[in-house]
Amino acid sequence: MTSKLARASQNLLNSAWIKPFGLLILTVVLWDLTVRIFAIPAYLIPPPKDVAVAFWNEGGMLLREAIPTTTATLGGFILSALFGIPIAMLIAGSRTVESYVYPLLVFSQSIPKVAVAPLFVVWFGFGMAPKVISAFLLGFFPVVVAGVQGFKSLDPEMRDLVRSMKASRLQAFTMVNLPYALPAIFAGLKVSVTLAVVGAVVGEFVGANSGIGFVLQRSIGNFELPTMFAALVILALISVILFWIIDLIERLTVPWHASQRHDFAATA
Amino acid sequence: MAHLRVIPSHEPKSEASAPRNMIEIRNLAKTYRTRGGDVPSLRPINLDITDGEFVAVVGPSGCGKSTLLKLVAGLIPPTEGEVQIGGVAVREPPDDVGIVFQSPVLLPWRSVLRNVMMPVEVRRLDRESHLTRARKLLSMAGLEDFQNKYPWQLSGGMQQRAAICRALVHDPKIVLMDEPFGALDAMTRERMNLELQRIHHETGKTILLITHSIPEAVFLADRVVVMSERPGAIAAIYDVTLPRPRNLDVMGHPTFIELTQRIRGHFYARGHLD
Repeated sequence: MTSKLARASQNLLNSAWIKPFGLLILTVVLWDLTVRIFAIPAYLIPPPKDVAVAFWNEGGMLLREAIPTTTATLGGFILSALFGIPIAMLIAGSRTVESYVYPLLVFSQSIPKVAVAPLFVVWFGFGMAPKVISAFLLGFFPVVVAGVQGFKSLDPEMRDLVRSMKASRLQAFTMVNLPYALPAIFAGLKVSVTLAVVGAVVGEFVGANSGIGFVLQRSIGNFELPTMFAALVILALISVILFWIIDLIERLTVPWHASQRHDFAATA
Repeated sequence: MAHLRVIPSHEPKSEASAPRNMIEIRNLAKTYRTRGGDVPSLRPINLDITDGEFVAVVGPSGCGKSTLLKLVAGLIPPTEGEVQIGGVAVREPPDDVGIVFQSPVLLPWRSVLRNVMMPVEVRRLDRESHLTRARKLLSMAGLEDFQNKYPWQLSGGMQQRAAICRALVHDPKIVLMDEPFGALDAMTRERMNLELQRIHHETGKTILLITHSIPEAVFLADRVVVMSERPGAIAAIYDVTLPRPRNLDVMGHPTFIELTQRIRGHFYARGHLD
């Protein structure tokens, strides 16, 4: 009976979520201690308790505001994937396209998105459109870079094998090239989705009257630091949940990849 | 030493029932065009391989052995000359050829059986009959219990055996092998050599094997083609008269030892030991 209990607690200790959760609690404790020991005034860093109270009082409002931010993030992310993957395919498939498009793409990435975001408000007005575009612009590049890497990393012998079977371009693509590129593409998608959250918030900073970004700006303007910290926590949660969903999809799509094999290769 | 070599320009022995030529290589040359200028890889070579013959090609690294194989496989176009398979010039990868590369190049998301079936799927051949054939080949290779496993769950030798099954599944007349056992350890390699000999014996395929290993070439082949340094040319061709089936003891046979030493002499004479 006791050994059963011991094993249950052992399992609990070994489960994947307990370690980051423990670290999180430790961080909150350290935060609280720092504020107390150094007597930091609440208008600079609010103590955790105040943030918890802000959650309690304004949780409903924060969750409501999280919806447009999440929508904009997802919109931008889906556009990143829809455009990024085919463009990566073209760049990897053709030297000509690569020589024309790739340098321009890299060049465009060096333009600070935060600086051009107000332009989108001028062009597309207040509301969803500038947020989605801003999220798309931030999320797009990692998908392309990872996709190009994935499509190019095909073993030359594998390429010869496919050619020796006289596979059509479509066959080669669906049977070999695309599955080979998927692990790299997923790596890019994971970076992209977290950047898309940043993009959506930047969009909300410059031209929106809803969303977490808007709440952040308003609360810092009113010196409501606990609300602002609560909004930051919500933002982090959006990122983590979206990342986790992509991770789950990856696990289901490419269970064969070396990075996923631990729970799959029981017979190896 | 010249009297020991059989110069390729010699007429092939014409017997009453001379086996017909499966592969005919005529004045075949390849020069790679690179930014740094032309790099000749293969000087014009001539070689005939008869139906059911096992020919091994040995040579120092970078002598164009792999280029020769790619030319026969129709994967790259020749600069000069041509390769004929069954009397037809090779312009694109021919149907009657199976290829085994140095690495097994199995698709990690496909089971072993589905990897072996890949050429059938790509060529849209009859699934049912080839499935039976694939299963038979796998059990011949001792992989019947592994057909539903994934490649990365198999050892290197098993993966390479699966790759050989894949090369044989559409029943090609010719099998081209580019250093297929180069990445295996010595003991696995010997076992694979025995297996390859058995496959050759049982199926009667025409096999062109590129290898670094002189003993492997002599052990397996009917004829060993020795290539010189880059740009590659045929330095000599040796007939291996050792009786078949050969077992590993044949490596102690005086003829075997003499032949391997003579072939090795080609590389020592040029200051190369490969």
